[in-house]
Amino acid sequence: MIHKVNKAAVVVAALLAVMAALPIVVPGDYLLSYGINLLQYGTLATAWALFSGPTRYISLATTAFFGIGAYTVAVLGEALPWPAVLAVALLIGALVALVVGLSTLRLSGVHFVIFTFGLTELIRQLVTWYEVNVTKSIGRYIFLDMSQLEIYWQLLALLALALLTGWLIRRSRLGLALRVIGEDETVARHLGINTTAAKVLLFTISSVFMTLVGAVMSPRWTYIDPAIVFNANLSFQVLIMSLLGGAGHLLGPLAGVIPLTALFEFLSARFPNHFSVLLGVTFLVIVYLVPNGVVERVRLWFRRPAAMVAKEA
Amino acid sequence: MLLVELTLAALTLGGLYALIAMGLTLQYGVARIMNLSHGEFMIGAAFLAYWLVSAQGLHPLLALCIALPIGFALQWLVYQTLLMPLVRRAPSPAALEVDSILATFGMLFIVQGIALVIFGGGYFSYDYLSMPVHVMGTAVAANRLLAAGFAIVIGLVVYVVLVRSRWGTAMRAMAGAPRFAHLVGINPRSMAAFAFALGGALVAAAGVLVSMFLPFSASMGVTFTMKALVIVIMGGVGNLMGCLLAALLLGIVETLVTRFIDPGLTLAATFAIFLLVLLLRPQGLFGRVGR
Repeated sequence: MIHKVNKAAVVVAALLAVMAALPIVVPGDYLLSYGINLLQYGTLATAWALFSGPTRYISLATTAFFGIGAYTVAVLGEALPWPAVLAVALLIGALVALVVGLSTLRLSGVHFVIFTFGLTELIRQLVTWYEVNVTKSIGRYIFLDMSQLEIYWQLLALLALALLTGWLIRRSRLGLALRVIGEDETVARHLGINTTAAKVLLFTISSVFMTLVGAVMSPRWTYIDPAIVFNANLSFQVLIMSLLGGAGHLLGPLAGVIPLTALFEFLSARFPNHFSVLLGVTFLVIVYLVPNGVVERVRLWFRRPAAMVAKEA
Repeated sequence: MLLVELTLAALTLGGLYALIAMGLTLQYGVARIMNLSHGEFMIGAAFLAYWLVSAQGLHPLLALCIALPIGFALQWLVYQTLLMPLVRRAPSPAALEVDSILATFGMLFIVQGIALVIFGGGYFSYDYLSMPVHVMGTAVAANRLLAAGFAIVIGLVVYVVLVRSRWGTAMRAMAGAPRFAHLVGINPRSMAAFAFALGGALVAAAGVLVSMFLPFSASMGVTFTMKALVIVIMGGVGNLMGCLLAALLLGIVETLVTRFIDPGLTLAATFAIFLLVLLLRPQGLFGRVGR
């Protein structure tokens, strides 16, 4: 078993290394920008599944944290050195996640869904209000000297870190506790698991990754305003990518990100007016046809013959 | 004068929210479907009314009479065709909750997308009874007053029917003890479909009323869904009186925030109240015991 896990880890590490070298071996602006998109969604979906996979709580807060990260860079980008900016973004993201988590995760999943459903809009309104009334101008310019390639590598590092974190959590007591919570929260409480602490901790970790993705992505825009960075569609896209792949597996979300990034890119270029309808249809198809994700499907296919052999024997 | 003006504004908003939230509490409390496309169906009804009034030349109140049964039938169909398979396959109430959230997200985007394709992203309104009426020395638009009146009347009728009639008792039994409802001869499946459809009729009515006095756009539905969800939780899931009171409370708070602080912060105010309720009374303002 341990041997198998290590083999998978080696394959993933090798793939990440190949991806790091790829833009140098195969240069090209379009390819690089596509790679950045892929890594952005990949990291967000992996971070999403870190929390929502084991607990089965549906979070719609992705955009909120992404936007917090982007805005932190817009405000502090030129005032502080880059690592310090990222650290501040991390702290703000963690703080918001703690407030949201502590006030909603003590309760049932519904409260959490409803609160995160509105969180993006709430933060967007607050930022807009602040910009209009205090700084007197909505929208900010970001003049940071950062190349696309640097953004690509930072995203790749974040993805690697998110995967590593997920892998470590799975092997820890926290991971076990979260799986029990996902199966049955009452049982988890009776086993002596502090369910609130476990959920809040994981939600915060997951949110911090989302915040950092937003921070790293923001130099791509030279101009941002609340409507651009707090675009709720991102939350839904990340949600549907994770679910298509399967939020129950560490690598599941990535299996959903690869086809759906291509699909969404194609749809928004070819059918910009019908994007919403097609996004909705994608949702329904996934809910009805692949409720547990593609990865689970594939695993069942491979398992079925083995199970039948076992039965016959 | 200011007091009269604020009271009327709060009543209009509160009455409207009450209709939307009562629809949602029927769908979530009785049918156990967390319907996140609720606001989209409301905007859909507003567009239907817009089309009936401005293109077909019908009277807005006639549009209301047309939208009610259409909303009912449409949501009944949605429940029977799209949601029934999820209800059948769900191993537990929690699993149904997750599935219904995802499925209604799909519907949210489809309905919103269709409205965007047909009408585009702009704001729509039509002219109906926009002359001012003087109420105790304050000028109020007549359409606003009419919409508020209708919202309150429809809300109260539904409330009385649900509390007084035998059939309403059955529905409340479903909300209170879903697992035991069938023991007293209630058919849970058809009752759930009926409650879901009734919620659809209420939200369709709300949509037509909105179209009478508020410019609306295709992407506006989500905000209404958010507010309705907050009201349902504050009032206690499945609790109709709680729903009415929480809706009025939200109407008052929003009116005050709009008037005295900033119209851009209404949702922030909604969520501030929601946060307070979650921290102090998680079972809802008027809920009895936490579920």
